[in-house]
Amino acid sequence: MDIIVCIKQVPDTTEVKINPETNTLIREGVPSIINPFDENAVEAALVLKEKHGGKVTVITMGPPQAAEALKATIAMGADEMVLVSDRAFAGSDTWATSYTLSQAIKKLGNFDLILCGKQAIDGDTAQVGPGIAEWLGIPQVTFAVKLEADPANKKVKVERMLEEINEIVEAPFPCVVTAVKQMNIPRLPSLKGMMRAKKAEVKILSAQDIEADPKNLGLNGSPTSVVRIFTPPPRGGGEVLTGEAGEIVGKLIGKIKDRKII
Amino acid sequence: MLDYLLTEEQIMVRDLARKVAREKALPKRAEWDETGEFPWEALKAFSDADLCGLYIPEELGGFGQSVFNFCLATEEISRVCGGVGVTFAASALGSTPILLFGTDEQKKKYMPPIAKGTKLAAFGLTEANAGSDAAGIETVAKKDGDYFIINGTKQWITNGGEAETYTVIAMTDKSKGPRGATAFIVEKGTPGFTFGKKENKMGIRCSATRELVFQDCKVHKSQVLGREGMGFIVAMKTLDLTRPGIGAQAVGIAQGALDEAIKYARERVQFGKPISSLQAIQHMLADMATSVEAARALVYATARMIDAGHKDYTLPASEAKLFASDTAMKVTIDAIQVLGGYGYMKEYPVEKMARDAKITQIYEGTNQIQRNQIGLALIKESAQKK
Repeated sequence: MDIIVCIKQVPDTTEVKINPETNTLIREGVPSIINPFDENAVEAALVLKEKHGGKVTVITMGPPQAAEALKATIAMGADEMVLVSDRAFAGSDTWATSYTLSQAIKKLGNFDLILCGKQAIDGDTAQVGPGIAEWLGIPQVTFAVKLEADPANKKVKVERMLEEINEIVEAPFPCVVTAVKQMNIPRLPSLKGMMRAKKAEVKILSAQDIEADPKNLGLNGSPTSVVRIFTPPPRGGGEVLTGEAGEIVGKLIGKIKDRKII
Repeated sequence: MLDYLLTEEQIMVRDLARKVAREKALPKRAEWDETGEFPWEALKAFSDADLCGLYIPEELGGFGQSVFNFCLATEEISRVCGGVGVTFAASALGSTPILLFGTDEQKKKYMPPIAKGTKLAAFGLTEANAGSDAAGIETVAKKDGDYFIINGTKQWITNGGEAETYTVIAMTDKSKGPRGATAFIVEKGTPGFTFGKKENKMGIRCSATRELVFQDCKVHKSQVLGREGMGFIVAMKTLDLTRPGIGAQAVGIAQGALDEAIKYARERVQFGKPISSLQAIQHMLADMATSVEAARALVYATARMIDAGHKDYTLPASEAKLFASDTAMKVTIDAIQVLGGYGYMKEYPVEKMARDAKITQIYEGTNQIQRNQIGLALIKESAQKK
C-alpha cells in the first residue's frame, strides 16, 4: 500500500523560551525537530509498509531547511520525500496550509492512506490533518491509537483515543488518519538509513508545480490571523461544602441564588 | 574538546551511537547494574541502528571494517554504561579471530548475523590457571578422525551463555608448548558445551560473565581457525587489534564521569556559590579533562594507524589501553570526590562508573602485562636501530 505522511518541522519546545513582551516563541537559535506526533505517524506508516509492502512518501510544507526534517524520516526508513516550498506560502494559516498540502498530494497521485500527527506542538491547532481530508473530499479518522490496514478490502480499522472512551471505526481507502503519542514508539534512525538520507534527493514542489490557486495561498489566502497568544489563567479551585446533607443543599442553593442563576 | 577532524560519516556514527545509548541504555543503567539483567534491549537498539558491524567489511554485512568507527561507538556507549559498552565490544573481540583467520566459508557463515547484531560472539582464552600466563591453558582438543574432542573449562568469558558464536583456544599438542594451541569456532548448542553460572561482579554488572564448560565436546575440523598450532598467534593478533576498543571503553567511562562532575559542580552551592567557582574544584576538573582528552587522542591515533594499514601496532595499542584505563580509574574516583557524599551514593551514577572503570585495568591483558609489552617493544625497537 502507498502511504503519504505529512510532517512539520517545529522548534524543540524543550529548549524554547517565550518572549515576555510579545508572548510569542523565541525561535532564534532554537534547534528544529520533527513534530513528535508526526514521528508517530511516520512510525505507523513504516510498520504498515513492513507488513503489507508498498511505499512511504513523506511530505512537508516549509522553508528549504525543512528538508532536514524530511531526511530524518528517510533515515528512519521512509522511501521518498517531497518539500512543498515557495515564498508564496509564507504566513499560511491552517486553512491555507491544508489547501497547499492537499494540492501537492493531488499532484503526487495515487495513495491509499494519508497519515498526520494529531497536531503540531508549536501551533497546537490539530486542524491541518482534518483540513487536508476536507480539501481532498475523503474520510478522516483523528486521534488514532491503533491502526490496522486491510489492503485486500481497501480499508483501515482505527482505534480512536477520545477523552473518556476509545472508539473503533473503519474507513475506506483513501482516507486521512491522525496519530496520537500513545500509538507507538518512533524508531531511531539507522546508520544505513542515514547514509541513504545523505544521498537521497528531495523533490521540491513550488506553487506553480502544484497548480495552486494563488488566492488560497500564504498570508493573503489565510482567513484567520493570530490576534493575541496568551495562556488562559488556570481555573480556580472549587469550594467544598461540608456538613449534613440538608445543610449542604441549603448552602448550595444559597450560593446559586447569590449568583442569580436561579 | 579537541577537534579530531572527523569525517561526516564518523560524526554520523558517533552521534547515532550517542543518541541510541542515551535513549535506550541511560534510563535502564542503574536498574541493570542492580539486577545484573543482560542488556538485550540496548543491543537490539544497536542492531536496529546498524551499529554492530562497524569493524566488519561490507561484503560480510558490516559497515566498512573501521577500528576507528568501532572505537567511536564503543566510547559513546561506555560513556552511558560501561556494562553495555563491554557487551557491545566483546562481540567484536569474539568475532575478530574469524575476521582475521577465518576461511571465506567460515566468514560467510558466521560474520553476517554478528554484523547485523542478531547474534553475539565471545572469545574464550582465560582459564582458572591461565590468566596473564596464557601459556598455562589446560583445555585440550584431542584429534579423533575428522573431529576434535574438547575438554576443559574457560573462565570469566564475557557474553558467555548469551553469545551464539564462540572462538575458543585449546591445546592440541601440549608437548609443543605455545605452538601446540589451536583456535576453534564452537557454536552454542554443540553437545558437550555448557555454561557455568553468571558471575556476580564488582562492576560492568549487566554484562554476562560465565564459564564455558567443555565435556567431550566434538567439533569438526572445519571449525579450526587458521591452522592447528596457530592458536596463540590467533589470540595475540586478536588482542592487539581489539585493545584500542578497551581504550575507547575506558575513555567513554571517564568522559561520562567528567560530564557528571562538571554538571554537579555547577549545581552544588556551598559557601553561597556553586562549587565550580572554587579553584580547588576547578583544578580537579582541569586535571580530569586533560587526562581524558590525552587518553582519547592516544586511542584515536592508534585506531587511525590500524585503519591506515600499519602492520605493527602492538606498542601504541598497549599504550592506549594502559593510559586510557588508568585515566578512567583516576577520573571516576575523582568524580566521586567532586560529588562528595552524593558521589558515594547509588542515587548518583559516578560510584557505578568507578566500579565499571576498574575492570578496564584488568581485562584483555592487565596493565602490568601492557607495561611488559611496551617495555619489550621499546627494547626491540632500540635494538633494531643499531
